[in-house]
Amino acid sequence: MTFSFLDFAFYAFAAVLIFAALMVVTVRNPVKAALFLVLAFFSAACIWITLEAEFLAIVLVLVYVGAVMVLFLFVVMMLDINLVQMREGFGKYLPVGGFVALLLVAELIIILNAKVFSPDSMPRPAGQPADYSNTQKLGEILYTQYAYPFEIAAIILLVAIVAAISLTLRRRPQTRYQKPAKQISARKEDRLRVVSMKSEKPDPDAAGAGTE
Amino acid sequence: MISLTHYLVLGAVLFSIAVVGIFLNRKNVVILLMAIELLLLAVNINFVAFSHYLQDIAGQVFVFFILTVAAAEAAIGLAILIVLFRNRHTINVEDLNRLSG
Repeated sequence: MTFSFLDFAFYAFAAVLIFAALMVVTVRNPVKAALFLVLAFFSAACIWITLEAEFLAIVLVLVYVGAVMVLFLFVVMMLDINLVQMREGFGKYLPVGGFVALLLVAELIIILNAKVFSPDSMPRPAGQPADYSNTQKLGEILYTQYAYPFEIAAIILLVAIVAAISLTLRRRPQTRYQKPAKQISARKEDRLRVVSMKSEKPDPDAAGAGTE
Repeated sequence: MISLTHYLVLGAVLFSIAVVGIFLNRKNVVILLMAIELLLLAVNINFVAFSHYLQDIAGQVFVFFILTVAAAEAAIGLAILIVLFRNRHTINVEDLNRLSG
């Protein structure tokens, strides 16, 4: 049995991925949890590259590490959370959580050890030639066969934008806004009143003439 | 030689860790959202692995759509979280009992 570079890469990235995932759920500080989640996504992208899904691996790094995790970090830093209160009951749920996890892993491994997934019945396919483009293949099928779901995905993103902005937009009554319509429709007659009245002070010329 | 089972077991382990995360951090909504992202990542690993071993690109198309929906879900979830914190000054799940649910 030979230990190829691909095997080494898989085990290394899988180990980093599982370590990072464990840290995400156990670390005390939410900022550190978000950073470990970045590490987990990055390792998962490397695993996907070993599966020849290059486009999705890059998309995972760009979209998740670049956008979603930055969003998480911003939100975590905006919120003023009482960390001690948040950690209450952490140990209380550890036994039942660990039990459920072990059960889940055991069941899944029993299922996944089935004959259909073994290397004999499903061997690793031969690598693609050097001029093979995963992005081109994905684009060809995405814009033809999956064009309608693709547009629905775009609508979902639009809905997400509108929902996120309308949820968090806050109108402050005490803040003074500029109202252009009102500014344009303002007329001199509404604001300025010219009052014709007699002068209060006596005329100096008339007063001097009187003394002479 | 890395077989399909290796990737599927990796996905299973990741999924279980995320489920434990939901159990352990059931007070902190931010960590709960992160655990949900991990769950979706585990599912995506399975999709990509099957797509490679069956030589069928449709699995990768599905991962593409899951990524889209997960990004939208994270954005809306975090927006709701901010509104929640602005109104109640807490994100503790146990304090969110105004609807008496």
